Amino acid sequence: MSKLVAFAAIQGGYNVVSKTEGLYRRALETYNADTKIEFPNTGYFLPVIYSLLGIPVKTIEDMKQPLDFARKLLPPHIKGVNHLPYLGPLLDAGMAALLCFEIQEALRILEQPDFYYPQEDPDIENGKIWVGPADDVILRKRGVEFVDGSAPGFAAIVGAAPDPETAKLIVEEYQRKNLYIFLAANQNGTSVTEQLLEAKVQIGWGTRIVPFGPDITSAIFALGFANRAAMSFGGVQPGDYKKILKYNKDRIFAFVNALGEVGTDWATAAAGCVNWGFPTIADTDIPEILPTGICTYEHVVANVSHEEMAQRSIEIRGLKVQVSEIDIPCAFGPAFEGERVRGADLFCQMGGGKTQCTEYLQMAEMNEIEDGKITVVGKDIPDLKKGEVLPLGIFMQVAGREFQQDFEPILERQTHHLINYIQGVMHIGQRDIAWVRVSNAAVEKGFTLKDIGVVLHAKFHQDFGKIFDKAQITLYTNKEDVDKITAMARAAYKQRDERVEKMTDEDVEVFYSCTLCQSFAPNHVCTVSPERTGLCGAYNWMDCKASYEINPTGPNQPIEKGECLDPVLGQWKGVNEFVKKASRGAIDHYNLYSMVIDPMTTCGCCECIAALLPACNGVMTVNREYAGETPCGMKFTTLAGVMGGGASTPGFVGHGKFNTTQRKFIKGDGGLLRMVWMPKMLKEEIKDRIIKRGEELGVPNLYDMIADETVGITEEEILPFLQEKGHPALSMDPLVG
Amino acid sequence: MSEEKKIVKKAVEKAEKFADPVASTIDPASQQMISRAQELNVDTCFDRAARMKPCNIGATGICCKNCSMGPCRLTLPKDYDEATDHQTRKGICGASANTVAARNFIRMIAGGAAAHSDHGRGVAEVFLSAARKETDAYHIKDTRKLLEIAPALDVPIQVEVDGKMVDRDIDEIAVEVGEKAMEEWGKPHGELLFAKRAPKARYELWKKLGVVPRNIDREIVEIMHRTHIGVDQDYKNLMKQGTRAAIADGWGGSMLATDLQDVLFGTPYPLSSEANLGVLREDHVNLVIHGHEPILSEMIVAVAQRPEIIEYAKSKGAKGLQLSGICCTANELLQRHGVPLCGTFLQQELAIITGAVDAMVVDIQCIMQNVANVANCFHTKLITTHPIARMEQENVMHIEFDEHHALEDAEKIVRIAIDNYPNRRNEVMIPKQKSPIVAGFGVESIEYHLGGTFRGSYYTLNDNIINGRIRGIAGVVGCNNARTRHNEGHVEIVKELIKNDVIVLTTGCNAIACAMAGLLTPEAAKVYCGPGLAEVCETVGIPPVLHVGSCVDNSRILLAAAEVVKAGGLGNDISDLPVAGSAPEWMSEKAISIGHYFVASGVYTVFGVTLPVTGAPKFQRYLFEEFEKLYGGMWDLEVDPIAHAQKMIAHIDKKRKALGIDKARERVLMDMADRQQLEA
Repeated sequence: MSKLVAFAAIQGGYNVVSKTEGLYRRALETYNADTKIEFPNTGYFLPVIYSLLGIPVKTIEDMKQPLDFARKLLPPHIKGVNHLPYLGPLLDAGMAALLCFEIQEALRILEQPDFYYPQEDPDIENGKIWVGPADDVILRKRGVEFVDGSAPGFAAIVGAAPDPETAKLIVEEYQRKNLYIFLAANQNGTSVTEQLLEAKVQIGWGTRIVPFGPDITSAIFALGFANRAAMSFGGVQPGDYKKILKYNKDRIFAFVNALGEVGTDWATAAAGCVNWGFPTIADTDIPEILPTGICTYEHVVANVSHEEMAQRSIEIRGLKVQVSEIDIPCAFGPAFEGERVRGADLFCQMGGGKTQCTEYLQMAEMNEIEDGKITVVGKDIPDLKKGEVLPLGIFMQVAGREFQQDFEPILERQTHHLINYIQGVMHIGQRDIAWVRVSNAAVEKGFTLKDIGVVLHAKFHQDFGKIFDKAQITLYTNKEDVDKITAMARAAYKQRDERVEKMTDEDVEVFYSCTLCQSFAPNHVCTVSPERTGLCGAYNWMDCKASYEINPTGPNQPIEKGECLDPVLGQWKGVNEFVKKASRGAIDHYNLYSMVIDPMTTCGCCECIAALLPACNGVMTVNREYAGETPCGMKFTTLAGVMGGGASTPGFVGHGKFNTTQRKFIKGDGGLLRMVWMPKMLKEEIKDRIIKRGEELGVPNLYDMIADETVGITEEEILPFLQEKGHPALSMDPLVG
Repeated sequence: MSEEKKIVKKAVEKAEKFADPVASTIDPASQQMISRAQELNVDTCFDRAARMKPCNIGATGICCKNCSMGPCRLTLPKDYDEATDHQTRKGICGASANTVAARNFIRMIAGGAAAHSDHGRGVAEVFLSAARKETDAYHIKDTRKLLEIAPALDVPIQVEVDGKMVDRDIDEIAVEVGEKAMEEWGKPHGELLFAKRAPKARYELWKKLGVVPRNIDREIVEIMHRTHIGVDQDYKNLMKQGTRAAIADGWGGSMLATDLQDVLFGTPYPLSSEANLGVLREDHVNLVIHGHEPILSEMIVAVAQRPEIIEYAKSKGAKGLQLSGICCTANELLQRHGVPLCGTFLQQELAIITGAVDAMVVDIQCIMQNVANVANCFHTKLITTHPIARMEQENVMHIEFDEHHALEDAEKIVRIAIDNYPNRRNEVMIPKQKSPIVAGFGVESIEYHLGGTFRGSYYTLNDNIINGRIRGIAGVVGCNNARTRHNEGHVEIVKELIKNDVIVLTTGCNAIACAMAGLLTPEAAKVYCGPGLAEVCETVGIPPVLHVGSCVDNSRILLAAAEVVKAGGLGNDISDLPVAGSAPEWMSEKAISIGHYFVASGVYTVFGVTLPVTGAPKFQRYLFEEFEKLYGGMWDLEVDPIAHAQKMIAHIDKKRKALGIDKARERVLMDMADRQQLEA
């Protein structure tokens, strides 16, 4: 009975729009019309309105235009008999309501600036349980997980389960399936968020359970996140609503779970979400809409039991989730990666300054080790009392015909997130500064150190099975053993670092492509060379090589670099041919070492974006976390919007933080000596490497010559500083023409 | 044939003087009015059909009267063997039955294409004078649609100023659209611009086969030349020209008529109204509009809403003024204004027989001369308005319509109707029957309703065709024909189609027949449809039969088909789609032209009643079978409504199979690797 849904949703649309108009008028009476309106730290204004209508709402009076638009969208009410078609009107009414939800939330933030706690994790002790809209830093960090597939989608849950246990049941099922869970709205004053807190479930972006807000209006933050992902990673232009919504339908696997009675506001919100291709799955007996089309499959499905909710929802959305079953007593998955083990929850810990904790993976001969042999040498958790500490050496031995020594660090690096994936266990650091904290809850479930070995063995086989045959894990907890392993490990680290450091683009005949993010930016092709790490910062040449060995048809393909067409700008025949094919003809050539002349394409995943500063005869770069203005006149988000999505834009290039100090970084344009401005935070983060690279280039005090926002955020402001410091860029050849 | 039908048929055959009302129509209101006419001794088409049999030779297409050596009648020999196709009879000039049937057939195309296209030309003339602001009555109303069609006429909507593209002045665009449109009838070079609105594969096929029209008029003229004694005497070559002229109608004259009318009067959007003789109101002034061109009647609608006119009607003792329509003028006004449908082609006399019609104003096409005789038996004023469509009877008034005095003319007509209200006699008898309807569909509104402002797309339709909820799409159109039971074929075929999950787009008198039968209501979905179609109708809130307008609006069906192709998933050409066309009760030359442009566009098209090709079996096989190999679409004839619908369904199933969507669709669950494979 879609007609009933249409009737309710259109009614709901009218209610929401009228209410919002009232709130808007009241705001105009209370504040000046030009009072600033914003969501915290975002370059996308009110993101749903901005993305769909292209209207940047910056002040109260700017709200009038989208509000008028919403009013105009409202269709006539549905007659009882011989009614007019209602699917289009229903979706329009839903959209009108959603646009108004965003305005209502913006007014709430204006009127109650402290209502939300805009951090990754809520401040539960102080009652700040709602995090509100994600800022651009969270968007970048979490959005990338949607791009690379580590988060296959999100469940937007509105309302409340019948009891906390049921809420926990549903949410943990999603966590196990690696989905994000966005929470909003309440049912008679109770919400899933509060139920989870009652059931002692850790919430926050870290555990993928995001308590957006207490009202249905807060659900808009989920859509704002999805649309910003489309703009940021997919390069879809604001105002191109058809494309943004289609993008969401095809690429963002999200859906709504409505828990509890569905009123008109919820009905109109659900209708609005259908515009995104996000279906609603409800636990109550509401009218169903089963034919397909706007969503990939069903639009509204009712009466789904709580036990089946997660499974049915992902099927209805058309999503395939691979879950790894690991035989340990605790739940396991990426959703638990960000979970903390705080003081009161701590049972025991290894490393973290109290004891030595080292992880070392070593290639072994096939006959030396036994696959699946996991041994704990020394005390294990059952031997400990609460609050005790242990030294720990995780010694991983891997053998196989396909295995190479170069893959050692790649596998070793996995320990960080794999151990973190265990519910109730936290892992910090890497190599010889690792730190493992185990919670009471994990120990109650029966967790022992041996389980770390079980996880590593199983996941190595699942994810890297193609490149090795056998893995043996030994966990040492006696100090002498740990010290011995640590000494071995340190020698190996040194050797590895030197080898990587020395490797140059000239040394290899093969580069690797990375099209991992073509799921979001369909024309983008990264070329990763030893001296040009991927612009997302996540993939270096060696990673790509291993990835290719593991999955020969995957997103990392070898590129025979072929004849060198330009050694200074970094252009190769083989690379060009590959790029033309992989970009589906959109790009036929680019330079690896230049940002001025035909630079490499940029997707929205880049860690930093470098831009030309003509007056300074240099370049600047800005990292995603920096939210302020920059001397090129654009914030990071604006830059990403202008050039993300797989475009090659002369004068701009996306790059990784690490790449900044690699030797080939914009070598064709003069290299790192061109760098005249960086945000202070980025500069400090890579300080040591800048100094080192400066020394190599004969400018040991380069670090001090690079301006930051404390010097200025316009070219005019920083130029005198550069002159005073005698920045080398000023005396280099003109960068343009 | 059921027992009941046998009795009915016998009754028709037996009736010497009067038609049997029940055997003549399935519509109770019309039955009542036929009886009433017979009671009042007023002659109607139903009685005349009972009295006069059609000429059997002409009906099968083999009578040639193109020169005065004939007429030559080329009946088949008794021992005709279809295998050898050896026909002994020839015309005096030697013309074979194939040549004669083909010549007659394409002359019908010429007649139909001329009617539609001349209608279109009339609209274009008014359009241009509105664009040039030479008239106060007409304005460019739908600028959105204007901007949509301008590029198809090679009219740029943006212009470069100082290196930047800026929007062009809308009035300037309108004038150029009008001028470019006018050229389509008689330009000396180039080809029909709208041919490129067909899917690319179809346009290229037409190019390859040499049937892209040069201009509209030329193709019609060339038919008259080729069919003159002693010119084209190869039925295949004759049909090639027939095809070119038909395309010039569907993708030319008719399409221009539709588009320019939309810009002038507004693009239709769904609205509710009513249909059948019961829309006439005893206590209101009834003004019935009949014909095909909305140019004048649009003005009548405007005038009829004026408060002083309603006051004037009241001053004559009426409670108000009721406008209603017959034939395609009715459909035009319904689609844009919700003016109710009074009846079909065969109900034009019956409307007057109610005694409640104070004036009937007619424009062009499908107006029976007998309405003047019927009007003469009542107080009804019959007003002709078009210089090319006058009547000999003395009681007919002629108020020649002139676009420069459009509102004055319209007001004059409305006042004549009102002034005539007090002259009603005692014999008013209005049938109770009227059905609620939802109409006003079109290419644009269907798109909107398939997903709203933000997601509106034909893909939603395609998706439900692919998943099998909707089996296919049928365009069911066309006239009524007094030689068959009124509306029976229309309604039974449509019911059979929707029962089998085939969604129906309807125009013309089929639309009115479906309206009267209650098939144009959203509630009809639950009653008549198969479960899949019913579910889709329920989701979108639409009737299973979508009224897309008048007979020139068959161009909307062509464009909708092109949109379906464009939306993807169902092949590259209209001939790949699971679609079929039908004209169950056709009678006019326009129907032949429509049928043929459907076929030439790749649609399997079935006609009911009869087809003037059966006397030349080889030619018939050419149209029914060979054409499929050339165009992917072909003709067929099937008199029995259920078999007629089943043939369409079988063709739809054949196309579904070819597309690989004849099996239940699997639910594809996407993982990350699948997403990386997605095209931009």
